[in-house]
Amino acid sequence: MDKKVSKKRITEQTVRYVAALSRIELDEAETASYKDQLSDIIGYIEQLGEVDTDNTLPTTHVLPSMKNVFREDELKESLSPDEFLGNAPEKHGNFFKVPRIIQSS
Amino acid sequence: MQDILSSFEHYHKWLREHEEPVAETAGFLTDRIRQIEPDIHAFIRLDKERIVCRGRSLDERSQGGALWAVPVAIKDNICIKGELTTCASHILDGFRPPYNATVIEKLLAENALLFPGANMDEFAFGSSCETSFYGPTRNPWDLSRIPGGSSGGSAASVASGEVAAALGSDTGGSIRQPAAMCGVVGFKPTYGRVSRYGLIAFASSLDQIGPITRNISDCARMLEVISGYDANDSTSVDSPVPKYTESLGKQIKGMTIGLPEEYMGEGIDEDVRRSVTESVDVLKRLGAKIIDISLPHTKYAVSCYYIIAPAEASSNLARFDGVHYGYRSPKSDDLIDMYVNSRSEGFGKEAKRRILLGTYSLSSGYYDAYYLKAQKVRTKLSQDFDRAFSECDCIVTPTAPNTAFKIGERMDDPLMMYLSDVFTIPANLAGLPAVSVPCGQDRNGMPVGLQLMARPFDEEALIKVAHAFESETAYHKMFSGGCG
Repeated sequence: MDKKVSKKRITEQTVRYVAALSRIELDEAETASYKDQLSDIIGYIEQLGEVDTDNTLPTTHVLPSMKNVFREDELKESLSPDEFLGNAPEKHGNFFKVPRIIQSS
Repeated sequence: MQDILSSFEHYHKWLREHEEPVAETAGFLTDRIRQIEPDIHAFIRLDKERIVCRGRSLDERSQGGALWAVPVAIKDNICIKGELTTCASHILDGFRPPYNATVIEKLLAENALLFPGANMDEFAFGSSCETSFYGPTRNPWDLSRIPGGSSGGSAASVASGEVAAALGSDTGGSIRQPAAMCGVVGFKPTYGRVSRYGLIAFASSLDQIGPITRNISDCARMLEVISGYDANDSTSVDSPVPKYTESLGKQIKGMTIGLPEEYMGEGIDEDVRRSVTESVDVLKRLGAKIIDISLPHTKYAVSCYYIIAPAEASSNLARFDGVHYGYRSPKSDDLIDMYVNSRSEGFGKEAKRRILLGTYSLSSGYYDAYYLKAQKVRTKLSQDFDRAFSECDCIVTPTAPNTAFKIGERMDDPLMMYLSDVFTIPANLAGLPAVSVPCGQDRNGMPVGLQLMARPFDEEALIKVAHAFESETAYHKMFSGGCG
């Protein structure tokens, strides 16, 4: 398939901004590499601009009959603490343990 | 061993004749897999003791169930209670789901013998099965080539005769594309036909679980087992499941099959074009009426997909933060550092690329230009199919523009890699059922796949046409010899 790429440029600043939003840290080499790759990909994606969608509704869901699903408000058995904490990287009693977020005075 | 696993029927006959306990067979199969795994690497892990234990539990029950003792590989993004399930990612290190996916419950109810841990692209992000944290899978037909992705481990395990069937997941072609490249059958059901409960989500509006098998009969049997409404999945559709096996052996005389001009244009490997053209002639000989159709928005499918899929993926992957499960970086002093370090160390390159792409297209100022636009073009693509299906019963195309390429060939060119799925992506965007069946070989002996697509919930049409094609040809009998 043809790879016709326009020259939409993503800057390193944009890559760093998006990475920060994503909670991902990139080193300089990664930032430079993603800048080029994302520029290529977004440049290619720009071809969507050719399609006239003025009178087209967006697909909100592929199933046309899709509606919100409710269930009866019934008591059900849930996972035991051992089960839901079984994968925790760190736990304390019946809690997930994370680094301190409140400073002690 | 390839002979006894060539079909479920053959395998069941062999088990009955030999009166071999399933536990013994399970051990034997596991040993054989271990012999060839150093070459293929279709599995991330293989726990003989657990597999034999499952075989023993089957021996204790009566010999019944549509999939009794059938060895089925499970892609590593489908949850099995108590089994390691990693999505081939470092960030899910050590994760053992506390519940079974619905498809797993259904396989167990039919007494299948599960082989968990089939290798895959990390989080199903890829078209070559090279992005797994645990190393790439190789194509059993040529070990220097990719098996296709992202269900490459599932497809390679079936193609090499390690197992009789596998479950994969298909977001943009991840069942059909590796099936084509490994010379096996891969089926993506209609969106909503098979429950996604327990499938670790990549792009929730596109993902579907489906079977990979050596032939269409086995595929129909698997599909019959895994399909159906599930209250645990809000996108599951409450519609009766036909007996797919009853579509086997039916004539296709009088059916109309559309051949879209956009799928046979420039950029297709000449051997792929020749194989598909010859296959269309076979369908014609079988009495199908072949008509030319147009799906004009096909050229925008990849662009549309690479906005929508990463956007959904970036949202789904936000849950991996080192708090509840998986990998947590040991180097963190505060909570934000813990999130950032865990995600930066836990995700691989392709996962990060897609998270960045998805976050970019959803970010302030770009949402309308990219995400909303892509959802509108998605509507256009669906309308193309609606028009086409007013004229024909199913559509025939190549599954991929090329056969399996060399390992490493496209790793530094993500856009070129993304174009591998150009013919499979439209079915996901429109939610259609689609299947890939083997239809030839290229000049290097690598398999070529033929794709068939049908109207939503008309899996029967695909099984009918694919089985008629298979009965008339011998491509599904080609064997990679991966298992000697």
